[in-house]
Amino acid sequence: MGMLMSGTITTPGRAKIAARHLRTDKWWVQPLITVAVLVSFIIYSTWRAFENAHYFVEPYISPFYSPCLATSCVEGASGFGQPFGSWWVLSPSLLILVFPLGFRMTCYYYRKAYYRAFWQSPPACAVAEPHKTYTGETRQPLILQNAHRWFFYAGLIFNVILSYDAILAFKNAEGQWGHMQVGTLVLLANATFLWLYSLSCHTCRHTIGGRLKHFSKHPVRYKLWTKISELNHHHPKFAWISLIGVALADFYIRSVSTGFITDLTIF
Amino acid sequence: MTAIERHSFDVVVIGAGGAGLRAAVEARAAGLRTAIICKSLFGKAHTVMAEGGIAAAMGNVNSKDNWQVHFRDTMRGGKFLNNFRMAELHAKEAPDRVWELETWGALFDRTKEGKISQRNFGGHEYPRLAHVGDRTGLELIRTMQQAIVSLQQKDAAEFGDAEARIKVFAETTITEIIKDGDRAAGAFGYVRETGNLILFEAPAIVIAAGGIGKSFKVTSNSWEGTGDGHALALKAGSKLVDMEFVQFHPTGMVWPPSVRGILVTESVRGDGGVLRNSEGRRFMFDYIPEVFKEKYAQSEEEGDRWYADPDNNRRPPELLPRDEVARAINSEVKAGRGSPHGGVFLDVSTRLAPDVIKKKLPSMWHQFKELADVDITTQAMEVGPTCHYVMGGILVDPDTGAAAGVPGLFAAGESAGGMHGSNRLGGNSLSDLLVFGRRAGAGAVAYFQSLGGNVPKVTDASITTASDHALAPLRNPGGENPYTIQADLQQVTNDLVGIIRTKSELEESLGKLKGFRARLANITCPGGSAFNSGWHLALDLENMLLVSDCIAHAALIREESRGGHTREDFPKMSAEWRKVNLVAHVENGEVVVEKQALPEMREELLNLFDVEELAKYMTSEELTRHSKGANA
Amino acid sequence: MTRTAKFRVWRGDANDGALKDYNIEVNEGEVVLDVIHRLQATQTPDLAVRWNCKAGKCGSCSAEINGRPRLMCMTRMNTFTDEETITVTPLRAFPVIRDLVTDVSFNYKKALEVPAFSGPANLKPGEYRMEQIDVERSQEFRKCIECFLCQDTCHVIRDHEENKEAFAGPRFFIRLAELDMHPLDTLDRKRAAQEKHGLGMCNITKCCTEVCPEHIRITDNAIIPMKERVVDVKYDPARWLGSKIRRREGL
Repeated sequence: MGMLMSGTITTPGRAKIAARHLRTDKWWVQPLITVAVLVSFIIYSTWRAFENAHYFVEPYISPFYSPCLATSCVEGASGFGQPFGSWWVLSPSLLILVFPLGFRMTCYYYRKAYYRAFWQSPPACAVAEPHKTYTGETRQPLILQNAHRWFFYAGLIFNVILSYDAILAFKNAEGQWGHMQVGTLVLLANATFLWLYSLSCHTCRHTIGGRLKHFSKHPVRYKLWTKISELNHHHPKFAWISLIGVALADFYIRSVSTGFITDLTIF
Repeated sequence: MTAIERHSFDVVVIGAGGAGLRAAVEARAAGLRTAIICKSLFGKAHTVMAEGGIAAAMGNVNSKDNWQVHFRDTMRGGKFLNNFRMAELHAKEAPDRVWELETWGALFDRTKEGKISQRNFGGHEYPRLAHVGDRTGLELIRTMQQAIVSLQQKDAAEFGDAEARIKVFAETTITEIIKDGDRAAGAFGYVRETGNLILFEAPAIVIAAGGIGKSFKVTSNSWEGTGDGHALALKAGSKLVDMEFVQFHPTGMVWPPSVRGILVTESVRGDGGVLRNSEGRRFMFDYIPEVFKEKYAQSEEEGDRWYADPDNNRRPPELLPRDEVARAINSEVKAGRGSPHGGVFLDVSTRLAPDVIKKKLPSMWHQFKELADVDITTQAMEVGPTCHYVMGGILVDPDTGAAAGVPGLFAAGESAGGMHGSNRLGGNSLSDLLVFGRRAGAGAVAYFQSLGGNVPKVTDASITTASDHALAPLRNPGGENPYTIQADLQQVTNDLVGIIRTKSELEESLGKLKGFRARLANITCPGGSAFNSGWHLALDLENMLLVSDCIAHAALIREESRGGHTREDFPKMSAEWRKVNLVAHVENGEVVVEKQALPEMREELLNLFDVEELAKYMTSEELTRHSKGANA
Repeated sequence: MTRTAKFRVWRGDANDGALKDYNIEVNEGEVVLDVIHRLQATQTPDLAVRWNCKAGKCGSCSAEINGRPRLMCMTRMNTFTDEETITVTPLRAFPVIRDLVTDVSFNYKKALEVPAFSGPANLKPGEYRMEQIDVERSQEFRKCIECFLCQDTCHVIRDHEENKEAFAGPRFFIRLAELDMHPLDTLDRKRAAQEKHGLGMCNITKCCTEVCPEHIRITDNAIIPMKERVVDVKYDPARWLGSKIRRREGL
């Protein structure tokens, strides 16, 4: 990576400048942070997804394992049934993670982040990329990025489920309603961030009103569209917060489950 | 000799601003092969700088508005020196020109009913300016550019060649109109990119090359405003009218130097900006002329109250007409009470809260923040008069745009004179471009069609003369740097032919301007001919000098003060002088300015005004004749 | 407050060229274009530079300053330290003509490929009625001053000359969006955006938005909405199924 001579920034006829870029600022910091955070998340989540343990402790279920749809799920974790039955022998997390993963992989913001940071296409603005050819999202597999909206719909279902999980967290460890622990707050925050991330998404903005030609004929959708548009400004922020949030929520539940920490009761 | 690129067209339009492009659309619509010559890239013309809007009496906001009211406002604004027929055509046709922009894709701001919104502006009785925020000029130029592109798309579909009937020559400068006998026969110039010389053979030529601001030191005009159109016509044997009238906008930025001359919109004052001198005094109260005494506040307290309660208080004197404010600022600076960089202070920060400023004046806030690093919510702006617009221009036939004295030559836009009289109203320039751009285009079409086969020819001798002339600065080693000459020329016009003029200074200027001729003949431009900015400037300088000469001559002759012409030694407006236009032409290489009777307004147009109002401008003899006519 | 600044300016033409060093006076409150002008007036009279309004309104003085595409008239000198060497080069995505001037005709060629606004045939001039909220989206895109910095920075063509044929670039994606969102435009721009103008080549890395001097939200407000509109007509299984059924009926 990072080799010169690659792209056609040196095409004959253009100003003869050998340098791949002439930027004097620290343009590489941003992609570096992106790589660091995403790689950490991938390592952690992969480990957790395969660990197949410590994802449920009354009244909490880890967002990595909810809904838990296989017979192998620990007792009490399958609030939505076990339709996959006993033939599924791997971690039940793997049944569901494809949806949030797909949502984030096809997200317009994450695409920017990983195309820049991992694929270096381009690593930063006006810094030449190392690839000889480039076809963008016109062919397989990247043409599948156009499926973002279907992951968005699926993501909404998960948001409902994880919100439901947060409501269940108003129970105590004995299953009695009307209590709150630190874990309740953790799951509430997680669900909130996920909603903010989903609702601020470009596909959501399009579906709510962006596709309309005449806002004036749809006043309610226009109003919603303006609100979503405001959220959309902060989509990158929500993308990172919700990503880190979901890992922290999982980590909290695992820590409580293993007894590493104690879940403090608020009331 | 360098090879000369040759083209042949039916109509050549010099200038790709609003007027030129509208003329080209008209010529192409008639099926003529049309060339558009653009000094810069296509779509960069100075038209983009217009902010406020385009004046057209559509009556969308106030249904009482109509062409007669617009006509009246325009004549008042020009202090009755306007060519009445132009003002009439302009007022009548402006709405159609705006509406057709919409069919080409323009998106103006809207009223609640979904019509084009219109805003108030100085001198216009009703809300009249169609606008898009404060970037109306950009909308106009882009729309016209896209209209040209759509015609090219039609030609591509029909002939397989987008440029079959309309071709844009970007970054090409015309240095000479070539004639065959009396008639225009072609245009000669160079291509910036290559430095190659280029000849356009065409029987009909429309000049729409914009203004002359670069003849002055402080101007809102871009580098292109070197009076090329004015000079081309003059050198070709045509005439310029009203050249003494130059509009100085009172509030241009003076600091930092990078933005010197750039406009600070009038609404800054309208929304509460006050002018102070270096002593902190709101000096405008000292400059309220007798005729305006009753209409303007006499104390700061009253002026302050006006912003909130305009019905029961008189407006502050910061809102006096442009020429009054410009003169006042000029006097303060001359008296040594100016700001550190030779302007005065315009301050909104003491009157308005920061968030209110940002909301009411977003573009000004950004303009100062981004260009000047000045935060107008906490700091005062430094402003001073800036050369903005020339009312004078090529003397044309109002209906066809035909330039005086040269068959086949047409003019429109800022290059043409007469429409605005001694002072232009804000918003009237964009509409002027479209109304008279279209008319000049149509005039060129009619002229072309009347020729039959009798087309003028370009002779080899005239090409040689033109190319020798153009190449001279490149062939002359050891001479002077054009940038120095430009700076010196601008200093002379600034000091002696500027906003306030007197006989002695004007006479002095004529002498000094003469001195520049020898310097121009001895310019050196090192480097080759490809994109050589020094060479371009050397050729532009000739135009700037010629135009400055015309302005100085006319300014010396007109012994009165009116609109954009202020004589310290003749501070009053004179009804006798109103009957006269000053017309310039070149005779044996010298500028000659002569008086010419102003065309007399038709009776039914005169009747649109009260006699009391006419009495302010006209001689008693004229009034008597008018009342007899009215009674007859 | 006058100081001497170190400038490094690319001088040359399509055949050859190099960065040349200059020491040049800088005064308080100046922008890069002022300094370039001073160079012209005092040291290099034939330095080629393109500019017009010097107020950030015409988009002529595009160049690359310290490697970043910018308008020279909008880059204040006080954003650099006194010691910094300021490097100014022509736009690197387009053929150079001379010094800081490039051949941007690519953009005019692409402009010709986007079909013009096509209004309703039954409305005469003056009869157009549009609501403010319906024109606002397109108005944002019409703020474009055609400086072509977005085109210059876009890696799709900056780093891959061969893509110029198939790719219209951000400037024309906002044009397509402007027309598709225009309340009275009658043509369908969506399919063409993908199939003729290369919208699919954009990988939304947002450099166009970063460099836009007009702060047009090119990616969020034009490119992504257009991509979503393309999905509506091309990649939406429900619609795809519908079109299959209709086609069968047609048979």
